Amino acid sequence: MLKYLRPALSMLLFFSLVTGVLYPLAVTGVSQVVFPSKANGSIIEKNGRLVGSSLIGQQFTSAKYFWSRISATGPFPYNASSSSGSNYGPLNPALMKTTKDRIDQLHSADSTNHNTIPVDLVTASGSGLDPHISIAAALYQVPRVARERHISEETLRELVHQCTDPRDFGFLGEPGVNVLRLNLALDDIPPSQGV
Amino acid sequence: MTLIGIGQIILYLGVLLLVTKPLGTFIARVFQGERTFLDPVVAPLERLIYRVAAIDPRKEMNWKENAVAMLLFNGCGIVFLYLLQRVQQVLPLNPQGFGAVTPDSALNTAVSYVTNTNWQGYSGETTMSYLTQMAGMTVQNFLSAATGLAIMALFIRGIARHSVATLGNFWVDLTRSTLYILLPLAVILSLVLVSQGSVQNLSSYASAQFLQPTADTSGTRVTEQVIAMGPAASQVAIKHLGTNGGGFFNANASHPFESPTPLTDFLLLLAETCIAAGVCYTYGVMVGDKRQGWALLTAMLLIYVIAIVGLYAAESAGNPVLNGLGVDQHASALNPGGNMEGKETRLGIGPSILMATASTSTSTGAVNSMHDSYTPLGGLVPLVMMHLGEVVLGGVGSGLYGMLVFVIVAVFVAGLLVGRTPEYLGHKIEPFEMKMASLLILIMPIAVLVFTAIAVVTDAGKAGISNPGPHGFTEILYAFTSQGNNNGSAFAGLNANTPFYNCTGAIAMLIGRFWLAVPTLALAGSLARKKLIPSGEGTLPTHTPLFIFWLIAVILVVGALNFLPALALGPIVEFFMMPH
Amino acid sequence: METALSHQKKPLGLTSEIYSRAIVDSLKKLNPRSMARNPVMFVVEVGSVLTTGLWVQALGGHGEAPAWYIGTVSLWLWFTVLFANFSEALAEGRGKAQAEGLRKARKQTMAKRLAHGARHGMPFEVVTSTVLQQGDTFLVEAGDVIPADGEVIEGIASVDESAITGESAPVIRESGGDRSAVTGGTRVLSDWLVVRLTAEPGGGFLDRMIHLIEGAKRQKTPNEIALNILLAAFTIIFLTVCVTLLPFSLFSVEVAGQGSAVTLTVLVALLVCLIPTTIGGLLSAIGIAGMDRMIRHNVIATSGRAIEAAGDVDVLLLDKTGTVTLGNRMATEFIPAPGIAKERLADAAQLASLADETPEGRSIAILAKEKYGLRGREVNAIAATFVPFSAQTRMSGVDISAEGTLHRRSIRKGAAESIKAFVEQQKGEFPVAVRQTAEEVSRSGGTPLVVAENGEVLGVIHLKDIVKGGIKERFSHLRKMGIKTVMITGDNPLTATAIAAEAGVDDFLAEAKPEDKLNLIRDYQRQGRLVAMTGDGTNDAPALAQADVAVAMNTGTQPAREAANMIDLDSNPTKLLEIVEIGKQLLMTRGTLTTFSIANDVAKYFAIIPAAFATTYPALNALNIMKLSSPESAILSAVIFNALIIVALIPLALKGVKYRPVSAVQLLRRHLLIYGVGGVVAPFVGIKLIDLALAAFGWA
Repeated sequence: MLKYLRPALSMLLFFSLVTGVLYPLAVTGVSQVVFPSKANGSIIEKNGRLVGSSLIGQQFTSAKYFWSRISATGPFPYNASSSSGSNYGPLNPALMKTTKDRIDQLHSADSTNHNTIPVDLVTASGSGLDPHISIAAALYQVPRVARERHISEETLRELVHQCTDPRDFGFLGEPGVNVLRLNLALDDIPPSQGV
Repeated sequence: MTLIGIGQIILYLGVLLLVTKPLGTFIARVFQGERTFLDPVVAPLERLIYRVAAIDPRKEMNWKENAVAMLLFNGCGIVFLYLLQRVQQVLPLNPQGFGAVTPDSALNTAVSYVTNTNWQGYSGETTMSYLTQMAGMTVQNFLSAATGLAIMALFIRGIARHSVATLGNFWVDLTRSTLYILLPLAVILSLVLVSQGSVQNLSSYASAQFLQPTADTSGTRVTEQVIAMGPAASQVAIKHLGTNGGGFFNANASHPFESPTPLTDFLLLLAETCIAAGVCYTYGVMVGDKRQGWALLTAMLLIYVIAIVGLYAAESAGNPVLNGLGVDQHASALNPGGNMEGKETRLGIGPSILMATASTSTSTGAVNSMHDSYTPLGGLVPLVMMHLGEVVLGGVGSGLYGMLVFVIVAVFVAGLLVGRTPEYLGHKIEPFEMKMASLLILIMPIAVLVFTAIAVVTDAGKAGISNPGPHGFTEILYAFTSQGNNNGSAFAGLNANTPFYNCTGAIAMLIGRFWLAVPTLALAGSLARKKLIPSGEGTLPTHTPLFIFWLIAVILVVGALNFLPALALGPIVEFFMMPH
Repeated sequence: METALSHQKKPLGLTSEIYSRAIVDSLKKLNPRSMARNPVMFVVEVGSVLTTGLWVQALGGHGEAPAWYIGTVSLWLWFTVLFANFSEALAEGRGKAQAEGLRKARKQTMAKRLAHGARHGMPFEVVTSTVLQQGDTFLVEAGDVIPADGEVIEGIASVDESAITGESAPVIRESGGDRSAVTGGTRVLSDWLVVRLTAEPGGGFLDRMIHLIEGAKRQKTPNEIALNILLAAFTIIFLTVCVTLLPFSLFSVEVAGQGSAVTLTVLVALLVCLIPTTIGGLLSAIGIAGMDRMIRHNVIATSGRAIEAAGDVDVLLLDKTGTVTLGNRMATEFIPAPGIAKERLADAAQLASLADETPEGRSIAILAKEKYGLRGREVNAIAATFVPFSAQTRMSGVDISAEGTLHRRSIRKGAAESIKAFVEQQKGEFPVAVRQTAEEVSRSGGTPLVVAENGEVLGVIHLKDIVKGGIKERFSHLRKMGIKTVMITGDNPLTATAIAAEAGVDDFLAEAKPEDKLNLIRDYQRQGRLVAMTGDGTNDAPALAQADVAVAMNTGTQPAREAANMIDLDSNPTKLLEIVEIGKQLLMTRGTLTTFSIANDVAKYFAIIPAAFATTYPALNALNIMKLSSPESAILSAVIFNALIIVALIPLALKGVKYRPVSAVQLLRRHLLIYGVGGVVAPFVGIKLIDLALAAFGWA
């Protein structure tokens, strides 16, 4: 047994140094030099304040903003230091309730909209931090935001288009509208461009 | 199912097949001790470790010596990782000031990482210091994967060799796996991840102002979004390459800081399956008959594709419960559609189910969508993939040797069917081999079923359930299936960070890894000692379509039949209870 | 054509006596100690006891289900055990009947013991055969039963060996040579023998045969053990599946808020249906039946292992004479020398062979008669003197003096060299054409005999080895199975090549000496091949001992029979081919029934799972794709099917899966289709039919 102990311990120590210290530090060093913004969380600053990360979603309930997906993080939605999905099973009554609540909220925020609601808008994301909604979900909200902000739907649709991250190489994944970027852009539009 | 979704699946499978041969060739060179293009950089490092550890790399060991080395090394790993978690509060690189991890959680986590399971009862961003993540988790991500590859290399030599007692040197295989295979790939992948937006820093968590303040569950106003940071990319890269799967963050690969874009998702998907596919080719090279390797890969991929298609169909159909609520679940150019609960918008259905299948076919267990929220049949597929013993691609190394155990069982019965006492690649399959193979196929189902049974009749077990009805049963079954197979994915609604689940889970993981690894090595030792039986007309070829079909049948029968009653009480009955 | 290739099989021999004894034995085998040897069936027996207990409890009014229902399930579980026991008892029964017959032959006899070193004619003492010791010599005379196995050291006698071979024609036993072994229990018909005892009484050939046939010494073969391990593993897994199903079910009742937990009766029924009872129940019978098939081919295998090895044989070493060719060479053609009429050659050849009683000589006379209408002449009528074959001249022939004249005809036949010397001595000439003819005959695998009269060479007789009919097809079948055939012959390479080509063997060893055989076997074994051979002579013994499958002829010497692991009572070298087939059959039968057994589980799940959870999760009835009439009927039907399928497959287990000489891949495809796919489909049909019957009779 003892003759195996020296290799075992020295191997563990050696690899802890190589893969546990040298490797992450080397990657960190290179990243900080080559991709400083990305490596530090793609933080968005506005007027010298941190307003979030372009990769991390935020909760919006005001009718003037585009709403993000449902977030199941605790104790409040879009808690970026405690990522989590809802983990509701498909038959769980709680899933039904959350979905219905969201539908009701959408309807009460815009009682004139009788379109079917894109599914991502009434379901929670896996991370609870999903920065995106589908284009359909953004377009569904355009009439409401346009009315609330007195901006033409056309301008909004253009804005949605600008804030859309397309499929990678036009092929991988799904296109998604970055809600935080979209809402930040909304706030930059003077209301004079209204209807 | 959309055309572009199917296209992504085909693209993925195509790229996987494309990298199989070059990667497999390279891995074969590594395990055969041949020169590689990495030698100028890596060889000095390799020689250094041999000198420090006092290992003669040319000295081969028999199966028992290798098994002792493997167990001792991994035992030390568990102790080290446990201690690291318990004292992290006094160590550096802990900007959030996390305290010591509780004893039961630390034990579960230590076992979990060393066994390549990476089941996580804890939530990464609220529990572990950066030092623990780096020097603990990341290290074991490498070493548990390297252990799997080393056992595989020893096993392959057992099949490739005849009339010898030794299988090779565990220390050498471990070292070369890490330095030549895992580390170079991890460096490249982690840098690509950062370039796409994965975080890689040692800063404390960033604090941002919510654009629109929100409120927590108690109604308190929350204006600040604290954004978790850390050296994530370097750990994420190896967690996929090494089929580990333990997320840096709680939400694993669905977290935008782990996998920010569909491209990173695609690369992680490829990373967790490419070595498993590549080693099939390695196997063919090392046993001197490449057709054998392709045959195994074909059998794996056929099951894999069926699983992918099934899961894709189930999830893209959406959740029928939502029908009639005015929700649009149809996929279109603007709407991902399908069952989006627990899935990320940037990924949609296709990449989500691909990762779910890959993650449970291999022993990765990393998720980019929440399996607990899958439709019943959608949740069934990952469960079944694990029930098959994770031999469809499987964990790095462990998948191939697990598959070869099925091959031995298949050869045994097929040999009888053609009227010869069975043989595989020149080795006669005799009582000892069957004893080991039987042990290997029966330990996992027993561990999974018995622990599930204990959990569903004890209050401590039932307390963790978060979903009502049969879904709750599925959560527990999934938890022990995942740990018993060293997978690590979860129906994450189950609150498993309790002393009961941490301890039972740790036992299940230890059984699933080491109780299987030792008979595997014994089997290899026995095969290596056998005299070569030359093949002739009467020998059943093991690379033909017929044999591949038979192998698949054996895997399905041995894997699926055991769990059918349990599945009937979980996802199957849930499926029939869904509104149709 | 000789019947060497015909299957001399004894009939199956299943008499009603065997059946009734098997029924009794199957009850005796319920003894848990004997059941424990078979883990699968032992589990069934435990299940039967458990359900019987539940039935008794139900009779007392505290049952978990109606008493009739538990009772019926229990009854069929008992049947399952009994059917399995019955199959084994039936397989054993046939052997027992045969052993009985042998035992009659072995009854105690008296022996005429001679003093050590004594010879025939010296005084002897009469003792019972049991006091004889190894090394004793004894005398047997006409009418005596030979008391024990031994080696003839003096004398020659005809012996009736029908007690062991079933062959009524007497055989010759004599001292020295390859026919010196006698077997205890056989009877001397004429003359006398002095025999040295080679085996202790009770340890003789007959005793061993009885033991083997009765299965008293039957040990599990490695392959059987390996299969048993796999079956035990399945049993343990399914046991876990069923045991854990109870807590699963309790939990499900709790979360569903309805129904009741699965009953123990149903769990036991599910367990018995899932574990591989079909193969588990028949495995032992398959092994016994394999031995029994050998016995019916008049082959005694000393171990089951040898039969299995026979299925694996890669290389068959076959003696040319008797196996590849008929025992003797035959004249097939007369080739006259230039200027000689064919009739004259034929006439001379016939005259030279009239008194030649060797098979070759007779065949020459017959050829002359058939081809040239030359009738056999009376030897005395022609005042001929016969010259027998002698080592000096290496010729045989005849000298005929025509009545009253000095003219003398000296006709000789022999090898070319000898005849050349003969004619040259008489100032004759040996024509070049004849020399060429002789060489051609040699090249074609034949033996040339040159005939000369006085100084004149008349021509050549072509003696030919006759390859057995049908043997070529047989060898090509073997080739398809991956078995290499190697012919062993003392002939020169030229002759051997021609015969090898004609017979279609893969390889040959010419001018073989006994030690060459041994070396050849070792060579093949070093390459990892399994070698089978037949032999009868003492000088074959080392090779027989070395070969993996060694078949000794019963007419062979005692050392040969000791060294072999099989003995062919018919002494038919071609039997080796059948032995290989029986070995393969044995393994195939195991494989097919294992596949069938496990494939059956699919349908049983579909029958039992919806039934077991009918009250908790009615939604699961969607899995009842057979539309079985009720939960009770579903479970009963599955259990009954499971029991009946054992009975249905007993004939297959005893007879073995039919052997087909095709490649491994073709065989695998065929068997997977029949027993794999068939194994999935059959129970769906069977269970449905039983359910319909139960419903029709209102039993469930």
